[in-house]
This record gives sequence, C-alpha cells and structure tokens, in this order.
Amino acid sequence: MTTRPIAVVGASAAGITAAEALRRAGWTGPLTLIGDEPHLPYDRPPLSKQLLHGAWEPARLMLRTAEQLAPLDLDLRLGTRATGLDVATRTLTLDDGQRLACAGVIIATGVAARTLPAADGLTGVFTLRTLDDALALRDRLSGGPRRLVVVGNGVLGCEAAAVARELGHEVTLIGREPVPMAAAVGPGMGELLADEHRARGVRLLTGEVAAFEPAAAADRPVQVDGVRLVDGSRLPADLVLLAIGSEPAVGWLTDPALDTTDGLGCDAYCAAAPGIYAAGDVARWEHPVHGRPLRFEHRMNATEQAMAAARNLVAELTAEAVNGTAEAAGDGAEPPERRPFAPVPYFWSDQYGLKLQAYGLTTGADQVETTVLDRDARRAVALFGRAGRAVGVLACALPPRQLRSLRALVATPVLWEEARDRLREATTVG
Amino acid sequence: MTGRTGRPTAPTDPHGATAMKITLDADKCCAAGQCVLIAPEVFDQRDEDGVVVLLDAAPPAEQHTAVREAAAICPAAVIEVQE
Repeated sequence: MTTRPIAVVGASAAGITAAEALRRAGWTGPLTLIGDEPHLPYDRPPLSKQLLHGAWEPARLMLRTAEQLAPLDLDLRLGTRATGLDVATRTLTLDDGQRLACAGVIIATGVAARTLPAADGLTGVFTLRTLDDALALRDRLSGGPRRLVVVGNGVLGCEAAAVARELGHEVTLIGREPVPMAAAVGPGMGELLADEHRARGVRLLTGEVAAFEPAAAADRPVQVDGVRLVDGSRLPADLVLLAIGSEPAVGWLTDPALDTTDGLGCDAYCAAAPGIYAAGDVARWEHPVHGRPLRFEHRMNATEQAMAAARNLVAELTAEAVNGTAEAAGDGAEPPERRPFAPVPYFWSDQYGLKLQAYGLTTGADQVETTVLDRDARRAVALFGRAGRAVGVLACALPPRQLRSLRALVATPVLWEEARDRLREATTVG
Repeated sequence: MTGRTGRPTAPTDPHGATAMKITLDADKCCAAGQCVLIAPEVFDQRDEDGVVVLLDAAPPAEQHTAVREAAAICPAAVIEVQE
C-alpha cells in the first residue's frame, strides 16, 4: 500500500505550527505544506506595526529558519493554491492540476482582505494582509508626507493609522461606526483610544465611501486622488488603505459535506469531517466552554488551534490504523486521545506606545463595563459579559503582572458580579 | 529521521535526558505573557513593558516539556530552544 501524506493547506502561522505539531505527535509519514504565497512562513501581526513602520525588514518576520524547517522533512509547495477537496476520499486538487490523495488534511487557509469594487483599476489603493501588501504600502509611505485615507476603523485600520502618523503622514480614519474598534474593544475603550488618535493628529470621521476619485491625468494606470463619501463630502487622498475586514478563504471548499458559512465549520475537536481538520483564522469550531461556534482572527489562536488540530488528527489516524490492522494494535503504544479545543482566547494590539491585551471573548457581548484607571496614561480595563456571565476582559496600558492575573478571571465564565469584584481587586492592588 | 511508515507512531521524547539551551529574541516580544503562564520558573516579564526575561537559560529536565510548549505557543516566535 502506498503511503499517503498528511497535507496542511496554508503556510502561515497556523500551517507551519500544524506541520511541526504533526511531527511532534508522531506522524512520520510524508507531510505536504501548501502555501499560495511565494514566501516561507512569516508572521502577520508585525505587518501593520514594525514592518509598515520600517523598523523591521521582512527577514525579521520569518517564522522558521531553513535549519529549523529541514528536520520536518516537508514536501513544501509554495506559490501553490489548493482548488478543491473531495471529502470522502480526502483528495486535494491543486492549481497545477495535481491531485493529492491524503491520509489527512489540515485546512489553515486563513482569510483574505475584503476589497471594494469601486477601487478596481486604481493605483494607490491598498489592502494590508500579506507581506507583499505591506511592502507595497510601505514603499509609498516613504519619501515625503502623503495624504492617507484609511477606510475602516477596526483594529487593523487603527494600527496602520498610528504607524502612518508616527511617520509624519496626514491621516484620516473613516469608519461606519462612530467609535473606532468598538466591535472589538467596546465603546468605552474605543472612545479612549479615539482620544489618543486625535491627540496624535489623526482625523477621525464617521461615514461611508461612495466612490474613489481618479486623478485628472489620463495616464494609465489611474492614480487615486480622493475619496467621495455618501454624504457628498470629499477627502483628498494620495493613498487609500482599505481595512474593511476579511473573508475566510473557503471559496475552494465546495464539497457539500463541509459547512462553509463564516469559515469552515468544525466540531469541538476542530474536525470538519473525518480526517479533515481546520485551524487558525479560517476555522469556526464549537468552543466547549462557551458552547457556541466561534472563529478568531487572532495570532495566538492560529498557534494553539494548529497544535490541537494536529494532535487530534494524529489521534484519529492512529485509531483508524488500530482498527484497520491487527498488528498495529499489538505494538503496545498508548493510543493518543482526541481532546476538545478549549482555549482562553488572547489578542493584542499596539498603537503608538499603547498596548491593548484581551483574554476571553470581547465580541458578541451583551454587557460591557469600562473602567478608566488613568485617563492621561490611557490606562483602562473593560469587562465583557454575555447572559449574566463575564466572558472577556480587555486592558490598555496595564502593568504585566496585573494583566496576567486577569486571565483566570475569564478562563471559565463566572457570574458578572463576581468577575467585576475580582477585576476591581486585581486592578487596585499594586 | 524515522522511516516513512505512513502510520502514526507513539509520541516519543528523545530529548528528555539531554541538555536544553534557550535563547530569546526579546526585541520581537509582544508581551503576551503566555510563556510565564506556561513555565513561570523559566520565564518572567519586565515590570515596565512586559517584555520577556529569561530566568533559566538551561532549565532542568522537568521543565523541558513546558519550555517546548511555551516556545511553540509564543505568538511572536521569540523563544528558540536548542536540545
């Protein structure tokens, strides 16, 4: 019998972590890592921070050196896109026409930046998801001050706006929501950060883009010159960054056995189907503690979920092998068991000198209470609740020791009042 | 590297008895503090900015599993482990 590989589709943080975890879990068979970008696995959070700023060069973002990759014995296929997956036979189709029958598959294709059709064909309009995106925007932010309009006032837009201001550009941040990042950090924390952006000289606007206006010159390609809003006003712009969210990269997963509404639907073990697992930004799974499907576009989750998915896939394949062959059962090895993936989610954001850090769930809350501890220092905490229980906590500019103690507060949802008392204690001591 | 059997083998820990050496690229640290939660005897954070501090660059064997976990989980890929 020929040996089929495990294929990991997606070669970013989740993909490379899954590959390593598969080896650690004991997979000695062939291992294929497929990535649609030409680059070796690199880290994305610095794209909108240190890389855009120019403080770091791309080499700094590489997640593994060649020496670290070598022992993994990977069949590494960069610049290759998976175009289909037959679930029943675990067979991938690649964009070079090749078909790859696999023992198991881990899907870590992440998300793609949303764009606006109105910007098609215009130069000077950017998204910020890949290394190439970030380098292209950085290139245009060097060599003199520009007028930058950031469309979208979520976390990514705010991080990029902060960097561009620090570089001395004229920055306008426009979003449909009146308070920046409100969906991720709550209205109180959002207001506090809006104050910081204003104090740093970012112009904050609420509104919606109607059109992008080209420069008058008939040169091709046509350079963007301004942004027209739905209310009729016009923002002059040399550069536009679209930071309007992302779409899970599931367009290639058309097998009806898979649920691809808002990412790839998985069970509590990160399994989408027998032998097929998902991890990272693309994966929506049943969180066993929160009891509902969740999907995170957080760096931390990419790593943790990839490790869980890899372990669980190897456990499933081991069980298959034990059931399928008599001699496999006799090797005396302790069969690994699949475990539900139950992380305490974590995310961070850096803007100017401020660090935002959150444990648990901050989106989907029905109750948010923000406590400003020091307005000038922008030091604040926010507690997020759902159905009477605290599910998330977010801190801005909090000392590390205090911050770490907050994780336990929301590791399992506790009653709102109890969490609020404990939060007050944790942030008043020391 | 072991042969390509195509069948998972039991996880092994060939490093258990060997020495471990940890190096940090602390400039990349994002102050998530996950390493301190996982291996508090090996890692700490600076009070002022939360950047990682190495307490023990060559930890004893009973710490090795936690250190490997911390290195794998670090969201800024700061921790390098040599064994």
